Amino acid sequence: MVPGRSRIVGDSPVRKDAFEKVTGKARFVDDLSVEGAWVGRTVRSSEAHARLRAIRFDPAFDWSTVVVVTAADIPGENVIAAIADDQPCLVDGVIRHAAEPVAVIAAPDDRTAGEALRHVSLDTESLTPVLDHESSDQALKSYEILKGDVERGLAEADLIVEGTYRVGHQEQMYIEPQGIIAIPRQDGMLVQGSLQCPFYVHKALTRVLGLAGDEVVVAQTVTGGAFGGKEEYPSMIAAHAALAARKAGRPVRIVYDRREDVRATTKRHPATVRHRTGVMRDGRIVAMDVEVVMDGGAYVTLTPVVLSRGTIHAAGAYRCANTRIRSRAVMTNTPPNGAFRGFGAPQTLFAVERQMDRVARALGLSPLEVRRKNLIGVGDTTATGQLLTDSVGAREVLEAVATAGNVELRHAELENKPRVDGAHLARGLGLSVYLHGAGFTGSGEAHLRGKAAVALGRDGRFEVQVGSTEMGQGARTVLAQIAAEELGVPLDDVDVVTPDTSIVPDSGPTVASRTTMIVGSVVREAAAALGAELGAAYPSLELRAAAREHAIERGPLRVLREYRPPPDVRWDDAAYRGDAYPVYGYGANVVEVEVDLDTLQVEVTRCLAAADVGKAIHPQLVEGQVQGGTLQALAWGYLEELVLKDGRVQNDRMTNYLIPTTLDTPPIETILVERPYVRGPFGAKGVGELPMDGAAAALASAISQALGVEVDTLPATPERLLDLVRGSR
Amino acid sequence: MIHASTTAITRPRSLDEALAALEKSPGAVLLAGGTDLMVAWNAGERHLPERVVDLWSVPELATIGVAGDALHVGALATHSRIVGSPEVRAHAPALAEASRTVGAAQIQNRGTIGGNIANASPAGDTLPVLLAMDATIVVASRARGERPVPADAFWTAYRRTALAPEELIVRVEIARDRPQVLFRKVGTRRAQAIAKVSMALSLRRSAGGAVEDARIAWGSVAPTPVRARRAEDALRGKPLDAASIGAACAALPQDISPIDDIRSTREYRLHVAMAILRRALSGWVG
Amino acid sequence: MISFVLNGQPVSVQAGGLSRLIDVLRHELGLTGTKEGCGEGECGACSVLVDGQVVNSCLLPVCQVDGSTVQTIEGIGGDDLDLLQRAFMEHGGTQCGMCTPGMIVAAKALIDAGGAPSLDDVREGLAGNLCRCTGYAKILDAVLAAAAARREEAT
Repeated sequence: MVPGRSRIVGDSPVRKDAFEKVTGKARFVDDLSVEGAWVGRTVRSSEAHARLRAIRFDPAFDWSTVVVVTAADIPGENVIAAIADDQPCLVDGVIRHAAEPVAVIAAPDDRTAGEALRHVSLDTESLTPVLDHESSDQALKSYEILKGDVERGLAEADLIVEGTYRVGHQEQMYIEPQGIIAIPRQDGMLVQGSLQCPFYVHKALTRVLGLAGDEVVVAQTVTGGAFGGKEEYPSMIAAHAALAARKAGRPVRIVYDRREDVRATTKRHPATVRHRTGVMRDGRIVAMDVEVVMDGGAYVTLTPVVLSRGTIHAAGAYRCANTRIRSRAVMTNTPPNGAFRGFGAPQTLFAVERQMDRVARALGLSPLEVRRKNLIGVGDTTATGQLLTDSVGAREVLEAVATAGNVELRHAELENKPRVDGAHLARGLGLSVYLHGAGFTGSGEAHLRGKAAVALGRDGRFEVQVGSTEMGQGARTVLAQIAAEELGVPLDDVDVVTPDTSIVPDSGPTVASRTTMIVGSVVREAAAALGAELGAAYPSLELRAAAREHAIERGPLRVLREYRPPPDVRWDDAAYRGDAYPVYGYGANVVEVEVDLDTLQVEVTRCLAAADVGKAIHPQLVEGQVQGGTLQALAWGYLEELVLKDGRVQNDRMTNYLIPTTLDTPPIETILVERPYVRGPFGAKGVGELPMDGAAAALASAISQALGVEVDTLPATPERLLDLVRGSR
Repeated sequence: MIHASTTAITRPRSLDEALAALEKSPGAVLLAGGTDLMVAWNAGERHLPERVVDLWSVPELATIGVAGDALHVGALATHSRIVGSPEVRAHAPALAEASRTVGAAQIQNRGTIGGNIANASPAGDTLPVLLAMDATIVVASRARGERPVPADAFWTAYRRTALAPEELIVRVEIARDRPQVLFRKVGTRRAQAIAKVSMALSLRRSAGGAVEDARIAWGSVAPTPVRARRAEDALRGKPLDAASIGAACAALPQDISPIDDIRSTREYRLHVAMAILRRALSGWVG
Repeated sequence: MISFVLNGQPVSVQAGGLSRLIDVLRHELGLTGTKEGCGEGECGACSVLVDGQVVNSCLLPVCQVDGSTVQTIEGIGGDDLDLLQRAFMEHGGTQCGMCTPGMIVAAKALIDAGGAPSLDDVREGLAGNLCRCTGYAKILDAVLAAAAARREEAT
């Protein structure tokens, strides 16, 4: 800390957007009043796989009152640009999943749009769908990570422990459903909406509309939660709205209702993970052989990157000389899966953490002991061969929850006697420890070179200009704190502009736990450079005064910087070896449960969450991330289940896809550990995804102890637990 | 969104007016707190009706009180008022308990017991309690006046009731000398949960301990709320012991017909029903 | 014509009697602070106070508020924020903000009921308001703090 500077970083000032949110003044997309805007609705397939022969428009409806957009109306390419350009904007020929968009209808009002929708039918020829990822042979991506010699390790091991783990879909269930407004302009198209990544939408629109980059402007509206769910799908909605707006010659608003949102938009990838682990009697792991299969759904979307992150995290937070991880993502005729907080890692970390419990049981060790013996630390290498040199908080987070949760004693106690006297209840305790790579995988950040600008305005105040979005996590506040701290001005002097692709530079998407750490570091650099320039211009003035003088005498000033990947971070894309991430965050959970032995209902009675975030720029926001993410992880573990039948989502409502209420939520005791990362702003590492990674495993472990079974499949619903308990008798 | 429609809405201010309105247009949809109807209308699952009689402002229907030997709960009594009512707490605490599990504050402030009864969902939270309490559902029409219907005879088939088109539910009557009822709801989560299985159980025992009467009622395990009459029979006249409890639990599967649906499975429901019945009977005090 | 008192001001609207209160508030009266998250009374984002009681405005036919008093998030606080709003700001009770207006409205009903609500009272009182961001902890902190501040003000 530089003497005399305000202490903004590490403090928890009121968040920048708090006032507008607590007063109801914040304008979400559906709150915007746009003169003359029509309502857009989407015609979707009901079948999972079919040839589309024709779209039938019932002549009983007066089609002159509405605008209809089909694939034939697309001026550019019929594609939603992503990793592979395989997903059409509107079906042209073959339907590959239920709820796939086939046409868009725009009407002057909601009633007319709804009536029109009811007068459209699809003439199709059914095809046989592939619905189960375990039996799909259509691989869309695969990886192999090799370290040491796994066969030799297994041969030398005293014991080989095997396990198979399965996890299901998860719906993001942000409270604000998706929505976009497209406004045609003389020179192109303006699109506003609820989204995470304005530049993704921008790129997708230029392709679909056949427009040049400067003819498309994408601006974010206040975004009511995203969790990955508004990473890729808004491109689809934006394309639909823009096509309809173009044809109608007026603004078109498409806001999904909850049921359409749940039926159509992306989910967390279901996965099956198989482990073979070679261990020595003393508890050392000498070989890990892991196989991962993920369900990509009907199109590629972001699946290769999700699979990549899942693959790299599959060996967990453990050192092991001989590791082999083979993974593949396959296609099924189900709605495409995509980004969701954790991005593949929660699936594989669940598996490895359950596997560690199995190893412990096989060896007669406690879950804590087996983790202590194998936990990764400074000087160890990860599965990809990355040497960990600093900012490794694995042991601290594990010991923090072990101590706070009195784990050694409690676990032994419950192991001897899970049943509660005088009640038909059983108790159990589970533990997990994990890591999460912060920032893009591998060479991602080097390719991307995210940009950020800090500007001095005419009024002497500062503005951070980034493409990073505020979606509830607090980016606007944290990035302002970083700039204010670096400049040495009060937080009130710094604003963060709402992303608009015509104003802000491309900082890269707001994903991958990269905003604070990567974009924040670029913001800090830009702020430092701006501060230096002002200091040079007015050497005798303190910075705030210099800024005011500069604004008056010389006008505004803007400094743009871009991310420079550290030269010693090396990654080999072909071999999938090297420094997979610049740095990792570390987390640990302890979960205690009480299971009703009559109903097999699970109550979480205690939940501890420790997180090594490098440096908490805003501790209150970090706690909020940890608490919210941990609850999502717990709920994925026992409550949230997407039910598909013939490829169609059956529970598309909040009454049947359940998320926790206040009464389902235990107090989540948060422990922040700070092992600073030298290249992160003020030592900060990413935190957004880490809390999603481990609580489900700890929960499953706790239930397993309580019931004397192995919970290897999520969610651990009472129905599933009943089958397990019956099977074990 | 529910669009403006040609629906004719009558808003009677008294029971007489309500009955008159209904006589004039039998089969009009009766609207109480709207917590079920509005969902269905908004989702397009039900067409907007031609005629609605909105009962919300009929004061006679909203009263809760004791009259003679019975507790009277007006059809328009909201779950919040039932939960907060000293009379209900004194004479039918299990009803208050069941109402407390309906949705959360927002739903409890609008949802009514009459709506719960008329909606006739097999998962209706208060319905097993009314069965176990041997409640009387008093309905009325202008032409015939009041007509008492025992809860046992009210739910006739899936989402069907004994209510005639020109009738409305006036109140529920519960005898004050009824034995206490034990209510248990196994829901999908801890609040705002729809029951996977719910049970309401009352026993009357002789001084010697033999079961004189048993009423065991269930939700979400059949097309309607149901009583488990074979299980009841297995207890009647017997001391409450391992043999009679075992016989009651063994008889239960013949009384109920749970299904697989989006919320649970037939297997689970059957298991849980038997387990909670056994638990309740084994732990029975009084 | 349906007339009611909205945030202290009498209003009259020409709307279908079965129109949802939320649509009338948002589209006819321009009060967009009340949010729609599910349309079936599950998420509570549309919570408003009707005659002091918290209800889901997505389930309320507007004919039923004729003659009533309705309070929305826009009618809470004013220039000087309400204790609850300040507590949500200070305790980190809002993240994405979509559940926040409904959450504050439901909490207001709870606090207006008086007394000293316990943590469990607050959990039960807010069980009809879903939040996907916070894990609820900081929301509960905020409401308990506001309740304590209210008692302090009263003494």
